[in-house]
Amino acid sequence: MTDLPILSLAIWVPILAGILVLLTGDDRRAELARWIALAGSLLAFAVTVPLYTGFDFAYAGFQFEEGWNWIPAFNIHYHLGVDGFAVPLILLTSFTTILVVIAGWEVIEKRVAQYMAAFLIMSGLMIGVFSALDAILYYVFWEAMLIPMFLVIGIWGGPNRVYATIKFFLYTLLGSLLMLVAFIYLFYQTNSFEISDYYRVPLAMPVQIAIFMAFFAAFAVKIPMWPVHTWLPDAHVEAPTGGSVVLAAIALKLGGYSFLRFAMPIAPDAAHALTGMMITLSLIAVVYIALVALVQQDMKKLIAYSSISHMGFVTLGFFLFNQLGVDGAMMQMVSHGFISSAMFLSVGVLYDRVHSRQIADYGGVVNHMPKFAAFAVLFAMANAGLPGTSGFVGEFMVILAALQQNFWYAFLAATTLIFGAAYTLWMVKRVFFGAVVHKHVAKLQDLNQRELLIMLILAVLVIGVGVYPKVITDITQVTSQGFLEHMAQSKLPVN
Amino acid sequence: MMSMQSIYLLIPLLPLLAAAIVGLANHALPRWYAHVLTIAGVAGSFALSVMVFLDVLQGHTYNGTVYTWLVSGNINFEVGFLIDQLSATMMLVVTFVSLMVHIYTIGYMHEDAGYRRFFSYISLFTFSMLMLVMSNNFMQLFFGWEAVGLVSYLLIGFWFTRPSAIYANLKAFLVNRVGDFGFLLGIGMVLYFMGSLDYATVFERAPALADSTVSVIPHQHWSLLTMTCLLLFVGAMGKSAQVPLHVWLPDSMEGPTPISALIHAATMVTAGIFMVARMSPLFELSDVALSTVMVIGAITALFMGFLGIIQNDIKRVVAYSTLSQLGYMTVALGASAYSVAMFHLMTHAFFKALLFLGAGSVIMGMHHDQDIRHMGGLSKYMKITWLTSLIGSLALIGTPFLSGFYSKDSIIEAVKLSHLSGSGFAYFAVLAGVFVTAFYSFRMYFLVFHGKERWRDLHHDAHGHDDHDEHHGLAPDQNPHEQPWVVTLPLVLLAIPSLAIGYLTIQPMLFGDWFAQVIYINQEAHPVMHHLAEDFHGASAMAIHALTSLPFILALSGVFCAWLFYMQMPQIPAAIHQRCRPLVAILENKYGFDSFNEKFFAAGSRLLGGKLWQTGDVTVIDGWLVNGTARLVGLLSGVVRRLQSGLIYHYAFAMIIGVFLLLTLFMKV
Repeated sequence: MTDLPILSLAIWVPILAGILVLLTGDDRRAELARWIALAGSLLAFAVTVPLYTGFDFAYAGFQFEEGWNWIPAFNIHYHLGVDGFAVPLILLTSFTTILVVIAGWEVIEKRVAQYMAAFLIMSGLMIGVFSALDAILYYVFWEAMLIPMFLVIGIWGGPNRVYATIKFFLYTLLGSLLMLVAFIYLFYQTNSFEISDYYRVPLAMPVQIAIFMAFFAAFAVKIPMWPVHTWLPDAHVEAPTGGSVVLAAIALKLGGYSFLRFAMPIAPDAAHALTGMMITLSLIAVVYIALVALVQQDMKKLIAYSSISHMGFVTLGFFLFNQLGVDGAMMQMVSHGFISSAMFLSVGVLYDRVHSRQIADYGGVVNHMPKFAAFAVLFAMANAGLPGTSGFVGEFMVILAALQQNFWYAFLAATTLIFGAAYTLWMVKRVFFGAVVHKHVAKLQDLNQRELLIMLILAVLVIGVGVYPKVITDITQVTSQGFLEHMAQSKLPVN
Repeated sequence: MMSMQSIYLLIPLLPLLAAAIVGLANHALPRWYAHVLTIAGVAGSFALSVMVFLDVLQGHTYNGTVYTWLVSGNINFEVGFLIDQLSATMMLVVTFVSLMVHIYTIGYMHEDAGYRRFFSYISLFTFSMLMLVMSNNFMQLFFGWEAVGLVSYLLIGFWFTRPSAIYANLKAFLVNRVGDFGFLLGIGMVLYFMGSLDYATVFERAPALADSTVSVIPHQHWSLLTMTCLLLFVGAMGKSAQVPLHVWLPDSMEGPTPISALIHAATMVTAGIFMVARMSPLFELSDVALSTVMVIGAITALFMGFLGIIQNDIKRVVAYSTLSQLGYMTVALGASAYSVAMFHLMTHAFFKALLFLGAGSVIMGMHHDQDIRHMGGLSKYMKITWLTSLIGSLALIGTPFLSGFYSKDSIIEAVKLSHLSGSGFAYFAVLAGVFVTAFYSFRMYFLVFHGKERWRDLHHDAHGHDDHDEHHGLAPDQNPHEQPWVVTLPLVLLAIPSLAIGYLTIQPMLFGDWFAQVIYINQEAHPVMHHLAEDFHGASAMAIHALTSLPFILALSGVFCAWLFYMQMPQIPAAIHQRCRPLVAILENKYGFDSFNEKFFAAGSRLLGGKLWQTGDVTVIDGWLVNGTARLVGLLSGVVRRLQSGLIYHYAFAMIIGVFLLLTLFMKV
């Protein structure tokens, strides 16, 4: 069992499954494509499970390592490995892919095979990002996963999809190129693309700052941090439901994870020096974006802004440099994966029926969809950080951690208790409660079995992690401890 | 024989299980399953709570972990129980009132389509409240704290098609979140400075920090414990509806009456009082915090009482009465008379639940007309409701020998003995409050149960338009009738403790050693309880002595005035109403809190959000930076494109210029 290249399987099983789905051809064999996609996504999830069951919780370094020469001329390796930061996110990725396949089951009618394949391939590529230990390998996965994402938005997206795709592309391209420059510089310093070599190489302060900022350009866009966040609401609004789910649940985490994998440990002194900037930007995201979310009329835009606000806790947690903060940030990433999926899927449920995302087009949905409303209220409460749901845990940890640095960090972060509840529950009030005013709402049918299944799975996860978050911190805490020890050591060259 | 630990665990889990089954199965199960299962659950946890209470009476307390919630570095968050005199008392009160409300609900919600959902919610509430009171740490306290808030939200908005209900539940949740915001920061302070969230550890470490200061604003040194206590108290202000975070409670009356009794009178709103009593080892270390608590409580006690006078909705009168009584409890906390606050919390839970359920019975008798101006003379038709409501009202105004007397009189005495700054004002407020309480309580009592049967003179078309289908009211020729036993039995069962519990328990609760182990009082700095004990010579002596005391005279005159104004000479209140227009306007606007919050905080946030979005995101970031960059690139490429004209002589010209330039450069070298 342990001899199997589990990480390679985790990456390539979904990609090969995706290619197999593509081979089914056009929509005459759509049903076959769906079933292959489902089987592929289940298998792809199954191969990631040993990452949790076989994980050594007491070891801070990389596990499940695999390495082969890839391009010997430049010392580039196919080198994979995971630690406590990567494993929860890989499991989240393979799990979310199943949800996306089920969620698009009969909703996607055109180019079914291509749709399903795009998500399976994307899933493999994103797992590649989470497990690559070679900078070039990482970069290839990082860039490659964008292609299926562009296609998903560009082909199955809404009317304004071209603008959204180009905006998304330009934002991410700029950041990625700077990151590549940083890698090339580091290659000239170390003659290696091994990430672990980068962790060791001493770098002078100006160099660290430059490298940190280059990474920052790439990762801050992805998370996204204020002020490079405006691509996200547009991308979400135009993306089909599955695209939004993957975007929110996983793609944003690529940015958060990469801060922990590259920007911070490679340039720790710069990270410390730039803490003020990072915390300021994080808190702006938490407060400013929450206020912006309050006035959104489009449900998807509202949830997109809510995502940005919640991701502010992730970057805030990282740059507090204490364990509660880093563990809390990881917790927030996993929880946000569940909750944002649930929220976007809920909007999808309504959109599939009414073909509108405008809050004003609804009202009184609970009268005709009581089961759906029960789930939606649960997820809304989770989004508002109610204790007992996963949404509470990360925010609670990060706020407590922030107070240990500065009372006002915690003060500003804790405003999410008020604003987060305000924008989420105000939307719930306008969409679900009240009397029915629109005819199309009166015709709504409650959840079908497929939708019910997805909602139920997510509800169990949201409550499960909320009641017993130790399952997540058990994986992350030794890694975060090692990470903080590394961060405490200066990498400035000794003269 | 089960171990005590499994009994502790079963007490919250039984109602949770019942709530889960009834909630998830919903229409899959016949209607009667809903009340049978949930009543079985809560009756089970009541019986077990009695067992635990008797066990604690034997001196067996417990403090232990159920499971580890999460571990991060050296910080452990745990779920665990602290079973001592304080939690055992609360468990008994919560499960008993909850049981009464469960039974009552069978009658009250009889015709409602959401019957099963309602039972599921109130059982879920019972679970949450029990987790709150049984907690041995701040994390779980916060869990219970917010979970009861969730159920309150769900129940206030139970009739989700009513605009007023879904406005009220959102308001309640958000105002409570403002309180929780402070509460969470307080918890953060506790964790940071005391290194743990476990009560016992925190209380042990707190005295060493009594003189520590924090500098939150540069060059300002604040006492660490004062700041922590005040932040925690902000949470209590939200949950226990103290001014200025009280605004949600009157609106919460949009919920069905049984939950007004259970959640918004007897149990949830007292969570803040319980919390401060639990934190007595922290609050005792800060006189500033105690003074603040006392003054806030006094303001709430008096000024919310005034508002009770002008309400015409039967439930809102009782709601303002609850606010005022919560103020009394808070004053007691501020006077370091924690046990007195807990004592009043308990007696109030019984008589206020009784008053609410009585009001609900009246509302049913009146066919869902809640306006006391339409009532009158109901004592003839609803004997049990009438008598039990009378008992409740008498207990509320502090009639000697009744339960409310013992607790309220003790509060007044305690404040009188307190020497903290603000105690003078607080003493005046609680004394004046006695008159006000008696006045509004008996105004309502007389208008409802005595005098003319006013619904007979109503023109039905006059009040039909603004009401919903449930609010049809009695026709002029109809008679109200008494409710079935499921409604009246809880009234009777609540009337008994409303009469007797004060007489029976004042000795052990206030002056015995019941709370000695769990409530810490700095006797030297705050000797209030000590002096109170010196003046106490038994429950009967206290009541007899009170017959000639000022509070009783004030209460009597309140009742007399109410009788005079509303039974004998209704022209007096009408004249006052005419003469004192500005004053009445202030009261009718509820001192302007609602409109201020609506205009400043709610509209202000939306305005700010809109401005940030339009200016920040749309104009600056997207308009200037993103699209500006795109335009700049477009502009540059336009220039570059012009160079590539495709005409040979352009290229030739450029080449020649280039050659000249290069030559010039090289010649220099």
